[in-house]
Amino acid sequence: MTLKLPIYMDNHATTQADPRVVETMLPYFTQVFGNAASRSHSFGWSADEAVATAREQVATLIGASKAKEIVFTSGATESNNLAIKGVAHFYRDKGNHIITTKIEHKAVLDTCKRLEVEGFEVTYLGVDKLGRIDPEDVRRAITDKTILVSVMLANNEVGTIQPIKEIGAITRERGVLLHSDAVQGVGKTPFDVEEMNVDLASLTAHKLYGPKGVGALYVRRSRPRVRIATEMDGGGHEFGMRSGTLNVPGIVGFGKACELLTAEWRAEAERFRGQRNHLLDLLTSALDEVHMNGSFEHRLPNNLNLSFGFVEGESMLMAINDVAVSSGSACTSASLEPSYVLHAMGVTDDAAHSSIRFGLGRFTTDEEIEYVAKLVIEKVRKLRDMSPLWEMHKEGIDLTTVQWTAH
Amino acid sequence: MAYSEKVIDHYENPRNVGTLDKEDANVGTGLVGAPACGDVMRLQIRVNDNGIIEDAKFKTFGCGSAIASSSLATEWIKGKSIDEAATIKNTQIVEELNLPPVKIHCSVLAEDAIKSAIADFRAKQAARLALEQA
Ligand SMILES: Cc1ncc(COP(=O)(O)O)c(C=O)c1O
Repeated sequence: MTLKLPIYMDNHATTQADPRVVETMLPYFTQVFGNAASRSHSFGWSADEAVATAREQVATLIGASKAKEIVFTSGATESNNLAIKGVAHFYRDKGNHIITTKIEHKAVLDTCKRLEVEGFEVTYLGVDKLGRIDPEDVRRAITDKTILVSVMLANNEVGTIQPIKEIGAITRERGVLLHSDAVQGVGKTPFDVEEMNVDLASLTAHKLYGPKGVGALYVRRSRPRVRIATEMDGGGHEFGMRSGTLNVPGIVGFGKACELLTAEWRAEAERFRGQRNHLLDLLTSALDEVHMNGSFEHRLPNNLNLSFGFVEGESMLMAINDVAVSSGSACTSASLEPSYVLHAMGVTDDAAHSSIRFGLGRFTTDEEIEYVAKLVIEKVRKLRDMSPLWEMHKEGIDLTTVQWTAH
Repeated sequence: MAYSEKVIDHYENPRNVGTLDKEDANVGTGLVGAPACGDVMRLQIRVNDNGIIEDAKFKTFGCGSAIASSSLATEWIKGKSIDEAATIKNTQIVEELNLPPVKIHCSVLAEDAIKSAIADFRAKQAARLALEQA
């Protein structure tokens, strides 16, 4: 097989749509193009049927007992907003306290910040060195004012998988709702809303080899029946929870993507694990001072987040510019702050600046793994030859004792 | 982020990467920045008896723009007198490399590195003079 450049290894950011997904979507642009809310003709009925099928497919992937527990949205940013604001606004008479974590996606954190302005109180739980939440911290944080706990299934930077089942046992026992941003974990690690007592879950199609701009919020219908305030007013679509004409082709593609994963995800996860571990072996056997960020045990099988000591992340990205990966380095963000996720895990700023995230995907080949490993090894060596820190380290200077001129 | 052609050129073919003997009396060393901030530059100059910078070397831990800024700085100061070199401004580096606003700090660091290397050299000279007079 010939290798094609550039290589995409940033599958936590988004994924290539699976050609089987695209093929399934196509008729819904030009043939079955009806409005799923049109009740008076076959164009509408056919579209509605396609949406119903997709609802089943999404529900099946996450173990939801009823298809109508799936509310289609424009993506996980909207789902997270709808879940957290929707619960907060509906249950505000019951309490004003929300518990979440410091390593959530901005769509959760900034939603919580907004609610704080509105008078809600939010507890942001810390994580351990490996990026894990201690379920007992959740238990201790719950008060009689707590209405919602929101913990992601897996983190988008370090791939750490959270103990959702253990947290779900606690929230169920205490009568508090549990929301999980399941975007990164679903289809890569077990996720079952019934077994884990999850009450709301956010999903997005574009991380699952489906199209961009379509997602879902799972909203539990029984034991307990979860209610949310609508955040988008209009025609009362999606059981009155989210108005707006449905993106039928997108939803059909999302459904197909979920159907494929239900059948294939376990085998796919094993393949990821093999390739990812091989990449790790290649890199760590050739290079010193390579540190893994996050847990190895509780980690998405397609994620590798490494700090290459004494090499700045953005310069690495530039050096391997025909390989698409990402970095927790400040230089890659507009804010010039290194990753808040790594920071919450106690990773030093130096190490955060040196971090590179590899995200394997369905279309990652073994040849690509070999190529990427070889390139990274070569470039790390080149950049270390240019790095004053590497030279000092080699001379035995402890860099933490040097008086730096912070700027 | 898209890099300017000049940044890419300096990044891919950095001029004057290396190390001079920092114990040498004619060598001045500037080490600026901090690992926690994501950039550290070490710039070294060797000055001859006429006060001319004969050689300059750098090593940089930092993004492509930081590497390019220090590479350019060494290129510019070589052959200049230390007084001339001291007048180089970060804005000239920004202009030459087409650095975007978020990368201006890289040019500031390069200017600091030049000044710091010169200061180190001058301090060494002063110490030697004091020793000779003593
Ligand atoms: C964990 C997590 N939550 C939410 C989102 C946002 O999803 P979307 O792009 O569908 O708005 C992302 C993706 O960027 C993510 O990784």
